[in-house]
Amino acid sequence: MGSYVLRRVLQMIPVFFGTTLLIFVMVYTLPGDPVTALFGEKAADPAVVASIKHKYFLDQPLWKQYLHYMGNLFQGDFGTSFTGRPVSDIMAGAFPVTIRLALLAFVFEMILGLALGMLSGLRRGSVQDTLVLVLTLMVISIPVFVLAYIAQTVFATNLGWVTPTVQDSYDLSQLVLPAVVLGSLSLAYVARLTRTSIGENLRADYMRTAVAKGLPRRTIVLRHLLRNSLIPVITFLGTDLGALMGGAIVTEGIFNVQGIGNVLYRAINTKEGPTVVGIVTVLVIIYLVASLLVDLLYAVLDPRIRYA
Amino acid sequence: MNTAVDRTGREAGTPYQGPLLDVRDLHVEFVTRDGVARAVNGVNYSVRAGETLAVLGESGSGKSVTAQAVMGILDMPPARIPRGEIRFRGRDMLKMGKDERRRIRGRKIAMIFQDALSALNPVLSVGFQLGEMFRAHHGVSRAEARTKAVELMERVRIPAAKERVNDYPHQFSGGMRQRIMIAMALALEPDLIIADEPTTALDVTVQAQVMDLLAELQAEYNMGLILITHDLGVVADVADKIAVMYAGRIVETAPVHELYARPAHPYTRGLLDSIPRLDQKGQELYAIKGLPPNLLRIPPGCAFNPRCPRAQDVCRAEVPELFPVAEDDGTPLEGRRSACFFWKETLHDR
Amino acid sequence: MPDIHDEDSFEPHPKPGISRLDYAGEQGMAVEQETLVEPDVAKREEARSLWGDAWRDLRRRPIFLLSVVLILLLVVMAVFPWAFTDANPRKADLVHDYLRRPDWTDFFGAGWFGYDAQGRSIYARVVYGARASITVGIFVTAAVTVLGGLTGMVAGYYGRAVDAVISRVVDIFFGIPLLLGALVLLNAFTTRTVWTVVLALAVLGWTQIARVMRGAVLTVKQSDYVVAGRALGAGTGRLMFRHILPNAVAPVIVVATIALGGYIATEATLSFLGIGLQDPTISWGIDISSAQKVIRTAPYVLFFPAAALSATVLAFIMMGDAVRDALDPKLR
Repeated sequence: MGSYVLRRVLQMIPVFFGTTLLIFVMVYTLPGDPVTALFGEKAADPAVVASIKHKYFLDQPLWKQYLHYMGNLFQGDFGTSFTGRPVSDIMAGAFPVTIRLALLAFVFEMILGLALGMLSGLRRGSVQDTLVLVLTLMVISIPVFVLAYIAQTVFATNLGWVTPTVQDSYDLSQLVLPAVVLGSLSLAYVARLTRTSIGENLRADYMRTAVAKGLPRRTIVLRHLLRNSLIPVITFLGTDLGALMGGAIVTEGIFNVQGIGNVLYRAINTKEGPTVVGIVTVLVIIYLVASLLVDLLYAVLDPRIRYA
Repeated sequence: MNTAVDRTGREAGTPYQGPLLDVRDLHVEFVTRDGVARAVNGVNYSVRAGETLAVLGESGSGKSVTAQAVMGILDMPPARIPRGEIRFRGRDMLKMGKDERRRIRGRKIAMIFQDALSALNPVLSVGFQLGEMFRAHHGVSRAEARTKAVELMERVRIPAAKERVNDYPHQFSGGMRQRIMIAMALALEPDLIIADEPTTALDVTVQAQVMDLLAELQAEYNMGLILITHDLGVVADVADKIAVMYAGRIVETAPVHELYARPAHPYTRGLLDSIPRLDQKGQELYAIKGLPPNLLRIPPGCAFNPRCPRAQDVCRAEVPELFPVAEDDGTPLEGRRSACFFWKETLHDR
Repeated sequence: MPDIHDEDSFEPHPKPGISRLDYAGEQGMAVEQETLVEPDVAKREEARSLWGDAWRDLRRRPIFLLSVVLILLLVVMAVFPWAFTDANPRKADLVHDYLRRPDWTDFFGAGWFGYDAQGRSIYARVVYGARASITVGIFVTAAVTVLGGLTGMVAGYYGRAVDAVISRVVDIFFGIPLLLGALVLLNAFTTRTVWTVVLALAVLGWTQIARVMRGAVLTVKQSDYVVAGRALGAGTGRLMFRHILPNAVAPVIVVATIALGGYIATEATLSFLGIGLQDPTISWGIDISSAQKVIRTAPYVLFFPAAALSATVLAFIMMGDAVRDALDPKLR
């Protein structure tokens, strides 16, 4: 177990540096000069441009910029945006909102997704199974921004239960609808994955053994079937928490949630390099930590991994 | 102590005298997309306490399906049992309620599966899986179940049982895993054990050890044993009587040594002839021609007729019943039956 | 994908057994295993290939047939949009046709689905919008299948250091969510065409296929016929493409088909966010985005492109689902 953890942590290190470097390269070497863009249509004074570039190390070779950035990062400094505000400040305001939104979406997709998956997986071919399949297929096919509009139209415009956009991003109750929209796609995946996994395990030999042992049905389902079936689902759920935060960009935009997605979207549009890199770096860290935790959880749940 | 079974027995006080298990005219079908596969077509057999019945046949002969029907672990659907009785201590289990049936499983009739690695739950420790028997049927505590699990593991001679009780199935060798399966079947000292190819997945050297252990424990607890196998060698050592199955029917039954010496059905004959023998080294090995029948389209008459060297018109027209087998002078051979119109001729073949 | 042929045997195939010496000194021999027929798999008695089996199975699935018809229709629409409508999708008429409601009597005509806020025929725009979606979907899928398939094959085939390096590179790309990465990448281009979008999605999307391919190759590599091929001196190229590829390609095809729908949705999302396709390219994503301003008064402006987009994604996902079910009976 110890060596397994160590190996996983060691594997994470190159991936962390690789991913951040990749983001760095994408943001800073692609065509489009962020500093000139800062001035908009006005012709910029070359001297001012040069001084800004110097200040943000943009006149240095890329690898130096990257090393400098990483050096600061390990001291907790995410750099300064072109507007002069520390990136960590910008993130501190927005991340809590997105984390709440993502957690809400996560709880929603987990509870409902697992429930639907079990409902259909345990009764294959039944009406509820077909219903779950059709429903999830629809959710998967309808792009999230369309789904967001449908939700807005139905729940805000027609039913009047909520306001179309979020007024106070720190009010958890207002985040419910955006969270449901955000989590719906993953919910469909969780439900289908659970169903498939249950279907596979129902045929497993050990299930036949469990029946032959004369165990009550409840014990067979809960202890033998679900325990095994949920392993892949939990793996998916773990990595999905990070994906939800990255995917918040559309949902936050439509519902006007003042979270990380909104900030990031604006930063990309204005070529705010430091902000983009800072936010994506944090997202990558979240993703990596989540996958590490998932792998560890996987090892806890499946002894075949633990002792491999 | 067997409260559940005392209730199932005829009347309290008079001990049940008949066979432990009595399968009568059992039919099992599978509904597939391509039609109905008739896996079992009227099987009769019985097992007494302390007796070992070997059921011999190729895969698809219905031997495992029969056993699963007895055990009550067929998936229904796609399987269904249109006809037949499975009497355990005189009571037809097919007419029992779900719960009553469940309480017999594991406690009165237990099963040993072929591939212990896939038959054991990969994510639960062997100690837990063994202890589960006591917890589910006797309601003992977790700790007590664990103690019992260690005892069982020692009973089937797993070395260092105390240390290994928390290990997982994949950490054991094939032979040790099969011992754990045996231990699980033995846990509640059932009256009948069904062993479905218990040694097929094992190395040759380990097969003997596992078989001996099984036979020894069977004798000790005076259990009935149904040994399902395709391996004539395994059968010879431990079985009292043999039932040979083909295409969902029993084609021949006989005490084990007599079957070996003088088979009364051409199929059995073919099976025995296809065993390589040291004294026939260098000669071409006999093989039964053709393929086992498709269960969706079992040939009319005797199902074996397309492959049978003896087949006549009658074999293609009529399904042979299980004829009692007798010597030429008419002295019946006890326990011997053959589903061949030409059992007499077959008996004389050599 | 685990072994496909064994799934519903009642009697798992053991190793062909050589049994121990029996009491009489004769040798017992296992009844020949290879000739056996399982009750439930008796129908497979004829030798059939995985693909033949899958095809037979697919032809009987109405969902598969429905999705194929839908996809064919979309492809035809993408290639010959003028065959479906006479209307010019770019012709704006702010005087007469501004936000006119759908006219059901104008069957297949310009006003069938109504007119958008700039007075353009929504029906024509839905028809012409198919081209961008289908092009992006098909070309991104083709690119990631080739790119990811090759890297996955190399990683799985060579193993060890090669695998470790490739796997880490895959991990690196995997760490960046597709939509996020595409936003950053595409933002660097001031003019973006379908091909820019294809490039961005391909660069970021190949890792999924690479992982699937690697896993499949690792499984297939250990099978007897590959070992035999190697022992008989088959060269690397021959082993890879003749022995391994045909047997490892099934899961890749399944993942690629389902992903195709995902790429179409991603393109629409990017265009919706204003960082994907641009005018004059006609994209459902752009149309949905511009429809949001009039969603209250004229919901049909949003409805038709959204329905077209959803139906397209649905068609590909349904087809992928059906293909997976056919290729992997375990999941049935």
